[in-house]
Amino acid sequence: MNVFDITDLNLWYGKFQALQNINMSASEAEITALIGPSGCGKSTLLKTLNRMNDLVPGCRVTGSVCLSGMDIYGNLNVNDLRKRVGMVFQKPNPFPMSVYDNIAFGPRTHGVKSRYALDEAVENSLKAAAIWDEVKDRLRKSALGLSGGQQQRLCIARALAVKPEVLLLDEPTSALDPISTGKIEELLLELKNDYSIIIVTHNMQQATRISDQTAFFLLGEMIEYDSTEKIFSMPQDKRTEDYVTGRFG
Amino acid sequence: MRAVFFLAALASVLAVLLICLFLFGNGVPALLKIGIFKFLAGQEWAPSDVPPLFGILPMIAGSLYVTACALILGVPVGILTAVFLARVCPPRLYRFLKPGVDLLAGIPSVVYGFFGMAALVPHFHSSILSAGILLGVMILPTMAGIAESALRAVPEHYYEGALALGAGHYRAVFRVILPAARSGVLAAVVLGMGRAVGETMAVIMVAGNQARMPNSIFQGVRTLTANIVMEMGYAAELHRGALIATGVVLFVFILLVNLCLSALNRRIT
Repeated sequence: MNVFDITDLNLWYGKFQALQNINMSASEAEITALIGPSGCGKSTLLKTLNRMNDLVPGCRVTGSVCLSGMDIYGNLNVNDLRKRVGMVFQKPNPFPMSVYDNIAFGPRTHGVKSRYALDEAVENSLKAAAIWDEVKDRLRKSALGLSGGQQQRLCIARALAVKPEVLLLDEPTSALDPISTGKIEELLLELKNDYSIIIVTHNMQQATRISDQTAFFLLGEMIEYDSTEKIFSMPQDKRTEDYVTGRFG
Repeated sequence: MRAVFFLAALASVLAVLLICLFLFGNGVPALLKIGIFKFLAGQEWAPSDVPPLFGILPMIAGSLYVTACALILGVPVGILTAVFLARVCPPRLYRFLKPGVDLLAGIPSVVYGFFGMAALVPHFHSSILSAGILLGVMILPTMAGIAESALRAVPEHYYEGALALGAGHYRAVFRVILPAARSGVLAAVVLGMGRAVGETMAVIMVAGNQARMPNSIFQGVRTLTANIVMEMGYAAELHRGALIATGVVLFVFILLVNLCLSALNRRIT
């Protein structure tokens, strides 16, 4: 089953065309990596999938993006879309409130009121994001007191708390040290059993370590999309080969 | 060159020091002569009686009631104005609205007083309510301006994080951005409070100025500031000292409010 089907997607920021004729799909319970040099459009594509691009003035989209068969630019409510498609940002962005309130924000937004249900959601999400043991004694303290790596796992937990189907991650480890990065990669491998994951990464080793499928982007075009193994061992396109062997980018 | 900057910086410190010196030098002896308890808790203000009575409790109550009234009316409107300006208002409307709010800050308080006499006193008489409403309007621009910059200083990624969880615009603004800006918003409230406590001219024109304990918000009342201004012109000796001591009370009050603010801010961060 495909979670996302993208057909003839074009995107403009004002007059600048950031994405050109993208056709791809992402499968359920897999990790799909989007790689490419800076400015190639991979983050833009990611933000198209939960319509965060709506916030950019002058952004225009044509083509279709379907989530489990439903066009997300059609009559799907954008808040419902974002509930189903969670996102973790490049820079950890926990809210300036307690660990508990950070996680509970999503469920509360979607109408969960009972104390018991919230407690349970908080505990389950923190456990799923492998950070429960580190924060269980400080749930009522500010989330800003955590380390960068802990903050990022907290953000993953926060995204999981609304029970999304897909998790989008925009270079989630680029601001973190190698140990925190390792923990997050381990976590993603575990999460892919329950969630479909699409990750933008600058780090090609990271793509080979964790992803099942890899798409290579260059100047707003998708050059090649195949299993990660193929992309890195026998790429079909010369430009992909140049990039994955480190000749540019 | 450094000395010039240093002197400039020193000027305001020096001014505060001189004001303290004058206030406490003139006020404290009178305060001791009247008796601190009699002065603060006395309910009678009759400076021309024999022997004169200098109890300022009615004025303390007056200032508190009027300020509370102003805050109850002004704080919600001021904060909502700030939220509207910072996060809701379309840019084209902002270009009219922002100068409009700023203009409110520039209107002299005596003009506010006239407005109050013409628009409020006919309905609510010279009373706590009239003064409270007028002050509520007067503190709006201060509060809206400071709260707006506090809201604008909140990093955009908090907003994006909230939206990415499926929160709508207003939920993101009121549950994430506004709490994130709380120390700045609190500062705005305290500054508005300082303005309300210290305002004199407009209050005198609409508050009625009776030096007696008020027992309803529809009654006239005299504030600490009004007490000083109305009698300073003819006061002498102990009466004059008592008025300056009223100023001391006002000064200490503002000082306490500011201390509370910094204590609160330290607890938040």
